[in-house]
Amino acid sequence: MQITQQPNQQGDTVDMMVNMGPQHPSTHGVFRLVIWIDGERIVRAEPHIGYLHRGSEKLCEGEQYSQVITLFDRLDYVANLNCELAFCLAVEKLMGLEVPDRASYIRVILCELNRIASHMLFYGVYGMEAGAITPILYGFRERERIQSLFEGVTGARMMHNYIRVGGVKEDLPEDFPKRLSTLTAQLRAGIDECDKLLTNNEMFLARTKGIGTITGPDAIDYGLTGPPLRAAGVLEDVRVSDPYSIYDRFDFGIPVGTYGDCWDRYYVRMEEMRQSLVIIEQAMEQMEPGPVSAKVRRIARPPKGEVYLRTESPRGDFGVYLVSDGSDKPYRVKVRAPSFANLQALQHMLREAYVADAVVILGSIDIVLGEVDR
Amino acid sequence: MEKPQKREREGPEASVALDDKGQALSVLLPDVLSEVDIEVGAALDEVVLTVRPADVTAVCRTAKDDPRLAFDYLRCLSAVDYIDRLEVVYHLFSLQKRHKLVIKTSVPPDNPKVPTVVSVWAGANWFEREAHDLFGIEFEHHPNLEPLLLYEGFEGHPGLKSFPFHDYDEW
Repeated sequence: MQITQQPNQQGDTVDMMVNMGPQHPSTHGVFRLVIWIDGERIVRAEPHIGYLHRGSEKLCEGEQYSQVITLFDRLDYVANLNCELAFCLAVEKLMGLEVPDRASYIRVILCELNRIASHMLFYGVYGMEAGAITPILYGFRERERIQSLFEGVTGARMMHNYIRVGGVKEDLPEDFPKRLSTLTAQLRAGIDECDKLLTNNEMFLARTKGIGTITGPDAIDYGLTGPPLRAAGVLEDVRVSDPYSIYDRFDFGIPVGTYGDCWDRYYVRMEEMRQSLVIIEQAMEQMEPGPVSAKVRRIARPPKGEVYLRTESPRGDFGVYLVSDGSDKPYRVKVRAPSFANLQALQHMLREAYVADAVVILGSIDIVLGEVDR
Repeated sequence: MEKPQKREREGPEASVALDDKGQALSVLLPDVLSEVDIEVGAALDEVVLTVRPADVTAVCRTAKDDPRLAFDYLRCLSAVDYIDRLEVVYHLFSLQKRHKLVIKTSVPPDNPKVPTVVSVWAGANWFEREAHDLFGIEFEHHPNLEPLLLYEGFEGHPGLKSFPFHDYDEW
């Protein structure tokens, strides 16, 4: 860590500049945060991003639609399927393509599982950031179970390339219903166990309650979405407010926080995992045998035009703006990454906070640098 | 380096199907924004409002503050390079009214200047910095138009169609 001092024009005290990152274990990747502190208080914070900028949006312009899916896998590498889904839905919407029911149910089940896996990673890492080592072991145990199911379905633990334009790659394996029902029972018990371990722990409460608060109107102004927005008391979930795919067929709750502090952001995610299980169980009940892909040409050529589609990824409102010129490659792809917009509010949340809380506040936003930098 | 050519292809256009809220909005817009030069169109299921660059801040301010529109959430801000022009696209959504709108403005590629909307939605800040990095669009009166995604001293704007990427050989 590099520490420098610079004079303060206002008074006798001297603001100290502390540099955190880009190689720092608590920054979830390569993220650099420069903070100016006066004593223990943060006066100003300046996030620096771009260390993982691969030009994904530009790369998409040189690939065919089916190849772009692999690039989307690598945006939010903790919730790959949710990214694939957003792109495929956007292309389908532009083409006016009807997806078979069974394919939609498979997508929803897998995406909700991916949401749980993503939140489990958050749970483990967030415990570590607050100073507890144990949660990560429990979080990863649950995540591992989900990933081995993914491996059985898609053939890969991450970077699945399973959701395709018009449906999914192939039907579920035969033992899937059995494995899934075992998994949901395990997950339900696992979430309860995790909940018991950390949520009402006195030290965890002391580290997170009333820290890094943001009000609802401020959160909307900063374009905050997903769990951080709902933690601030705003009832907004794309799955309900602007339903995509078949989310209008399920009956589930949306957890909403009260104070918009770190604990609320944490607890909204814990409840969301339970609601995801509710969706998965309903989807399993409603799902019927049938085709898993619409009849599409091998090389998709959407009509001229543009589409904007948003989905609820584990981190928030994941939007895809797609401009097509009628050829087999997209003319322009713009990804509205939820982490990118959520991270902007960090400066607001860090204002007047203690320097020791900086890591806890950053962790509560749950960023993935792969989609922040793209 | 070859000058990029605009890809022109024959093909069908995506059909337009506005829902009830979209239709109501496209009727309402000319009424609310009667003082500005606007053009109301549609793309797929979105109402598209085309304005002149100079009017962007005023139109966005009205879109947010007018109770009939109440666009409090900036979904996305993107730039698109159409070679003969650069387009800045604002995707808006209203959390209260649950309707959506797209505002578009076009600027010439040799002098791309658009007033900032950071004063309207604080969340526009990084989106504008990104568009400045990748497309070279100057957002006038932006509080901090520093490079965000690119490193300091990077030359060129990699988002533009004229920027090569398959034969890019710095490494």
